[in-house]
Amino acid sequence: MKKRFSFYIGSYLLRHLQSMLFSLGRLWRQPFSTFLTIGVIGIALALPAGLFVLLQNINNLSNQWDDASQISLFLKQDLHENQIKQLNIYISSWPQVTETNYQTAEQSLDEFRELSGLGHLLDTLPDNPLPPVITLYPQNENLSADDIRALLEKLAALPEVVQAQLDMEWLQRLRSINKVLARGVSLLALLLSLSVVLVIGNTIRLAILNCQSEIKIMKLVGATNRFIRRPFLYTGFWYGLLGGFFAWCTLLFAMSMLASPINALTIQYASDYQLRWFAGALLLYLPLTGLFIGVLGAWIAVGRHLNSIEPN
Amino acid sequence: MIQFTDVYKRYPSRYEALSGLSFHLKEAEMAFLTGHSGAGKSTLLKLIALIERSTHGQVLVNGQNLSRLSKGKVPYYRRQIGLVFQDHNLLHDRTVFDNVALPLVIEGEEHREIGRRVRASLDKVGLLSKERSLPIALSGGEQQRVGIARAVVNRPPILLADEPTGNLDPDLSRDIMQLFEQFNQVGVTVFIATHDLDLVQSMPHRQIAIQNGRIDSRMSL
Repeated sequence: MKKRFSFYIGSYLLRHLQSMLFSLGRLWRQPFSTFLTIGVIGIALALPAGLFVLLQNINNLSNQWDDASQISLFLKQDLHENQIKQLNIYISSWPQVTETNYQTAEQSLDEFRELSGLGHLLDTLPDNPLPPVITLYPQNENLSADDIRALLEKLAALPEVVQAQLDMEWLQRLRSINKVLARGVSLLALLLSLSVVLVIGNTIRLAILNCQSEIKIMKLVGATNRFIRRPFLYTGFWYGLLGGFFAWCTLLFAMSMLASPINALTIQYASDYQLRWFAGALLLYLPLTGLFIGVLGAWIAVGRHLNSIEPN
Repeated sequence: MIQFTDVYKRYPSRYEALSGLSFHLKEAEMAFLTGHSGAGKSTLLKLIALIERSTHGQVLVNGQNLSRLSKGKVPYYRRQIGLVFQDHNLLHDRTVFDNVALPLVIEGEEHREIGRRVRASLDKVGLLSKERSLPIALSGGEQQRVGIARAVVNRPPILLADEPTGNLDPDLSRDIMQLFEQFNQVGVTVFIATHDLDLVQSMPHRQIAIQNGRIDSRMSL
């Protein structure tokens, strides 16, 4: 009997669909152990993903402050308003400087009162303790770190200036810390992915031990290793896929727990920064990663054991 | 159909199960393999089913030299042989229908064809009404008949049975043997290992007796 090519394709896909549903049904019949496995995989995937989200947020935040490398000039308190205005114009004419911003002592006081919440404390002081401030933004693109340091010294040498402060060192430190963290997160992600492979491998190994006599019988009636392997690979497939979704839900839960305290924090820093956690991308990548690792772990486990089970 | 030429089988423990065994079973022949337990009956059947390989000598089955058959081709080779065991080897978490369908599912047979052939096979062994039962709900004789239905469902040219009546009473044993005769009448080569000499002698078929891993020519008929 000659069969058409499309028949073979159709029956091939049908067989895959069958073992896909068969292994899902098998997991469904053992809900407790299935849930445990999915939980372990989910948490192992959620940890590196959560760290990744944290890192991305820190990166975004520090990028937002990239242009904010600014120099604050704290001026002497007994200067006259006109003197300061002239100084401001003088500095803004320098080629290294893009923009300047003059803030009187009173304005500094108002700002401090508003942001610190210590207004009533200030009212008890006889004089305004805050100096007038000129904030200036150096031309970042064309200036090296040395140029900026030279600019800083030149500014500090001006007679009206008490102190010139560069608000950038902490940003550079944050960036270095960020790099260390990123490396650490990659390592951690690698280790946790490895543990997912091991978890799935071990689960499949136990499943194979349970099915040993079944595998023998299937071999006796002429099943190929490929045929026997298929339902186990789909078991790994489901574990990984569901574990990935579980990881996503874990992150969703964690983010909703963090959202309101972070909001409160950003309001205090007068920032409109929004916590981003790439829900859409992660909903795609977490299950995909889980699926890939799940099939890989199943493949390794089945390959090791299938050859050792021969009918006897 | 099945030809052994000077076949030796030695186990790693140095135990020699078969020592220079030769015989020939023709196509569509039915024969019994007899001998005491430990004489080498099971080893001989395992060599035919390629569950084990001979240490020395040539085994030809259905025109194939088994010592030249690569590992990857073994599953396809086994599909030409229906195997029946003393302890049935059924899957206990699946229905009678699913058990009998297994060889066809493995071959990737079409869904409708599977249903048709499984029912024909179950009808042949008289268990059509039990297709939805689990094996555990059947008697020993019925389980053995499910095993036979599974062995013949993909119409293999060769049927091998290892003590198929070992756990059954004489009447049931006779039924099972008659079933094998029916398959033989439609052209299947049937080879049955058994120690039930009374039953063997009541049937008009060839008898191959082995003792200490050799053909016992005095007992063979």
